[in-house]
Amino acid sequence: MLKVHRDICGYCGCCVSVCKEGALELIDAYLEVGQDCSNCGVCAKACPVGALEVVPE
Amino acid sequence: MKGHYDILIIGGGPGGAIAARTAAKAGLSACIVEKRPAIGAPVRCAEGIGMGALNEFVRPDPCFISAEMERAALVAPDGTTMTLDSETAGGKVGYVLDRKFFDRELVWQAAEQGADVAVKTRASAPLMKDGKVCGAKVEFLGSSQEVTADVVIAADGVESKFSKWCGIDTTVPLREIMSSAQYVMTDIDIDPHCTVFCLGNEVAPQGYLWVFPKGDRTANVGIGISGIKSGTGHRAKDYLDKYTAAHFPNGKTIEYIVGGVSVCRPLDCTVADGLMIVGDAARVVDPLTGGGIYNAMFTGDLAAKVAIGAIEEGDTSKAALMPYDATWRDAKVGKTIARNYHIKEYLIKLTDDKLNAIIQSASCVNLKEFSTLSLVKELIKRNPKLILELAALRELIK
Repeated sequence: MLKVHRDICGYCGCCVSVCKEGALELIDAYLEVGQDCSNCGVCAKACPVGALEVVPE
Repeated sequence: MKGHYDILIIGGGPGGAIAARTAAKAGLSACIVEKRPAIGAPVRCAEGIGMGALNEFVRPDPCFISAEMERAALVAPDGTTMTLDSETAGGKVGYVLDRKFFDRELVWQAAEQGADVAVKTRASAPLMKDGKVCGAKVEFLGSSQEVTADVVIAADGVESKFSKWCGIDTTVPLREIMSSAQYVMTDIDIDPHCTVFCLGNEVAPQGYLWVFPKGDRTANVGIGISGIKSGTGHRAKDYLDKYTAAHFPNGKTIEYIVGGVSVCRPLDCTVADGLMIVGDAARVVDPLTGGGIYNAMFTGDLAAKVAIGAIEEGDTSKAALMPYDATWRDAKVGKTIARNYHIKEYLIKLTDDKLNAIIQSASCVNLKEFSTLSLVKELIKRNPKLILELAALRELIK
């Protein structure tokens, strides 16, 4: 599953723009991960600060 | 907030604000929906814009201009600097804005023309009827409301969720997202009227690092790198920290922001039935510079103008809104994006040695017109072999 390190996240939306599934949504200062997430990790790679991590279920 | 508007605009950045201002000025009812609690914040921008580009849409005002730029500098991987001067002596070429105040000013102007504004209000889904977008469901402090509209303008920035919900693929390819970080640094030694662009695979892989002055000793110091070059231990912030430690060790960071900038081609189509997409949401950022403010204002204004005509005619189908798409592609904005996309694709493949050689070809270049096109022409003059390598561009840069 995709883990959001909220203390690192700058809630910028960079991850949202690269998510093919449209599973991410930035709700003001809160990044929501939807059920469509395929754990592909593209967002984690794009994140400018390393706030996202795909971890084993 | 009313239950129906002629035009509903998702997003209160420059694209949305100008769209609302244009629509309201023509007497249409318009509403901007902004999910953030404040217009203009948090800033996710390096804040640079050309002088003429700004003037086209708003009168420059010290309240939203941090600094005036007179020249630019390109710094090669080996540290060689090429200064770009304007031929107009002492001439201003651009501004570094204060987006917190700039965005607020634009929304203010839209409101003054009669547009409604709803902040901390989030569009959570489109309203669809027979496959046509006809409004949005919006959320405000735990309650939700359906707002119908003849045309919805999606101006929701890099995230571009609204269009995605409408079935349009707005996903940015990983290699074409500039993963970005920026510090507003103060107490640093800079040329306060020069924007600096640092290139190199060690400095900013497939992107660049910028120093955009905001005052005598204050600047936006930021970086964008390609998403494919980003990863643990080598993210945008890591590169930025390395640069600031080396160049501004005593600088103080008074603001820290991150973001994503798309440098892909624009969406294949920027309209659908009842829907128009503008600015970053339409992926109309300049792929070479990453600049998006002007392109957002241009497409926002144009979208509103086409929407006004379509609403008057009583037809807001995709076909009726299509002139917006065709017009911006054929305008200078569209042509510049197409050309600069090719230049970007060429530049990101260059080795540091090659970049060094190009920048070493002149220590100072005087540009008649302060644009990327003039710069490329000058660089080709000094590096004639470039034109062979830029074969695909030959027609585009005549």
